[in-house]
Amino acid sequence: MGPLIPNGEIPIEWDSIIAILIGIAFGYVLEASGFSSSRKLAGVFYGYDFAVLKVFFTAAVVALIGVYYMDYLGYLNVEQLYVHPLYLWGAIIGGVIMGAGFVAGGFCPGTSLCAVAIGKIDAFVYVGGIMLGVFVFSELYPLFEPIYEGYFYGNVTLEDSLGINPYWFVFIFSIIAIVAFVVSDMVRKRVKKVFY
Amino acid sequence: MKKDKKQKNRHVYWNPYFGGFLLGIIILFTFYITGRGLGASGALKSGVVSIVDSVAPTHAEKNAYYSKFISEDNSPLNTWLVYEALGVIVGAFISGGLNGRIGWRIQHSPKITSKRRLIFALGGGVLFGLGAQIARGCTSGAALSGMAVLSTGGFITMLAIFGSAYAFAYFFRKNWI
Repeated sequence: MGPLIPNGEIPIEWDSIIAILIGIAFGYVLEASGFSSSRKLAGVFYGYDFAVLKVFFTAAVVALIGVYYMDYLGYLNVEQLYVHPLYLWGAIIGGVIMGAGFVAGGFCPGTSLCAVAIGKIDAFVYVGGIMLGVFVFSELYPLFEPIYEGYFYGNVTLEDSLGINPYWFVFIFSIIAIVAFVVSDMVRKRVKKVFY
Repeated sequence: MKKDKKQKNRHVYWNPYFGGFLLGIIILFTFYITGRGLGASGALKSGVVSIVDSVAPTHAEKNAYYSKFISEDNSPLNTWLVYEALGVIVGAFISGGLNGRIGWRIQHSPKITSKRRLIFALGGGVLFGLGAQIARGCTSGAALSGMAVLSTGGFITMLAIFGSAYAFAYFFRKNWI
């Protein structure tokens, strides 16, 4: 039963090999979907290209349905999976800062690595910027510590926070994603095209 | 924008639903094998920790943040996310190579200069790097992998990133449209 490495069904020595293989697949799919192009990525914020929305939400829905379906069939124990912890104000403030960085620079960390791989100089500069940002955070850590360590609610899921049945949530989330896809196509038809 | 010469994008990419489906399968597979999701900013953080640790080891040990990621018998670069990030670069290089997209260039809107593009790329990177530390993860690690297991923190981070990017989009419009 999965997850395989934590349950000892695949020896831990394979961990790094698997990391590289998963990374290759991840990078290949991101690049082939056009995520190495900042102008394509930024399209989602101006309505001329919704690839980010479509790829991102399709991936989330597929992974979400897959995780709960495999749990239901007994191949995977969802209780054992790592749940990203909730530090409420860290998530909000950090997210807002990241959003500004996203629309200013046109990449997020994963996509900038893809663009670096195919030689985009703006992506090299962006990655340098990320490392500078990490450096600034670390040097000023005492200043950020209260929001970094505070407002901690544990490794909670929406089931814990909102008390909703996960299966219903997956269903509703899938419907929201489909509606978002339809609306995004309608918006794109009305927006002036941008070629890149 | 008339019919005189039908303009097209330079590159044709995958259908976004196809790419998204495969990406979802990769995330599912990652959780199935390792019990954790994907990530990207964590690898860059490890890079920074490792640089600071080799340039100024005493400073790194005294700093409350770097010291979390430094141990006596292990390099800060020996983490799952660093190997995964190296894989991302290889995978993107293969895809770019197969589709003829490899080459040195600065991609920007014809309405702005390369210099302006690079300045904004640097500033955007700094903001993203800072924000990703505060939120303990980026679009991959916190938002996408978090959403796959219904993490409340993941959903809040996702809403904050996209909400803020739409809110700030007006101020950066000249760079893109």
